[in-house]
Amino acid sequence: MSYIMILVGCVFVNNVVLSQFMGICPFLGVSKQVKSSVGMGAAVIFVMTFAAMITYPVYKLLEKFEITYLKTVAFILVIAMFVQLVEIVMKKMMPPLHKALGVYLPLITTNCAVLGVTIGNIDKGYSFSQSVVNAIGTGLAFTLALLLFSGVRTSIEHSDFPETFKGVPSTLIAASIVSLSFMGFSGII
Amino acid sequence: MRNTRGRYSVENKSSYLHEFTKGLIKENPNLVGLLGMCPTLAVTALAKNGLGMGLATTFVLVCSNIVISLLKKAIPKAVRLPCFIVIIAGFVTLIEFLMKGYLPELYDALGVFLSLITVNCIILGRAEAFASKNGVFASALDGLGMGLGFTLTLFCMGSIREILGTGAWFGMKIPVLCDHPMTIFIMPAGGFFVLGMLIALVNKLFGKKPPKEINCEGCPSAAVCKGQCKTEEAETA
Repeated sequence: MSYIMILVGCVFVNNVVLSQFMGICPFLGVSKQVKSSVGMGAAVIFVMTFAAMITYPVYKLLEKFEITYLKTVAFILVIAMFVQLVEIVMKKMMPPLHKALGVYLPLITTNCAVLGVTIGNIDKGYSFSQSVVNAIGTGLAFTLALLLFSGVRTSIEHSDFPETFKGVPSTLIAASIVSLSFMGFSGII
Repeated sequence: MRNTRGRYSVENKSSYLHEFTKGLIKENPNLVGLLGMCPTLAVTALAKNGLGMGLATTFVLVCSNIVISLLKKAIPKAVRLPCFIVIIAGFVTLIEFLMKGYLPELYDALGVFLSLITVNCIILGRAEAFASKNGVFASALDGLGMGLGFTLTLFCMGSIREILGTGAWFGMKIPVLCDHPMTIFIMPAGGFFVLGMLIALVNKLFGKKPPKEINCEGCPSAAVCKGQCKTEEAETA
């Protein structure tokens, strides 16, 4: 039951983009097309899940040597290494998948949502399986936000705004309204 | 950017001044450069938190710019991004310690976003675009200017949201407003709204055509992806 709670909690109630403000850059940068949002979302779910799996034992190791304050440094290195590794392996073994996700992978290293999830798992004291569920949920939440917003954005592109509001300001205000709609979920848990 | 002129071989005071002042408004990292949006939105529900986050980021930015520009010859080009990230993460850990020790309240309020300074694209962007190409003093000034520009935005955002959302400023109650707080402004939706308005205001006031879209300039991943993310989008369009 608690797994379902975690999943619902991070997809709807505490949506990673719309209420915790992580991963805003890709949210604004890549959400122009439905197709690219799906690609980015899939890459984030993939990397996030594995990052949570890898950083858990890494943290246990740090705990053993009592150097847990190094977790930021250790996690970002592990994530960066993992992303590079995945890219190399994917390019060699699965070219079609690399073609679909490849361009989004390097962007993910500096996506704060990935580091945020792994640090959040530690701060909340989740177990290994809870961490993985939390990571999958956060990845899904990111994809959902991106997908919903790419729909909104396609119609914004064609509407006539005052000159000063064209581009980013109008996008942010639209994001504010989308975020408002997610506030309706706040009573679920 | 001033990369075309290369490094400053001659002491030039006006250009040093320029490195410092450009970040404040003209090339303000988040209002004009559209970088580092996550902390801008996340920690600005209160003016105090915005100010604290801005100063912490400035500290990391100045230190990492200095160290990176000192080490620019020693760092091999192929692995420069991981090197930069490690240097930045080191300073972030340092500021985490300092804040936990001296400002525990702020430390709790900023939470995970303090660690997330590591992946703030402003810092990596400045390291890549400026510190790895320029001298130590210019880099330090550039970091200070950009950091203070960032702090200024965060402080403005925090003030607007705190005053409208809670009717107080740094915890001091404001007579009429505190009777009718508009709670929406301290909620996530209010954050997006205020930032959108601020960017529109800067567009209007400073007349310059700012980059209308998030582009590769300043994107730390640009070196790796070489604008492929954009061409991919264009292909699907």
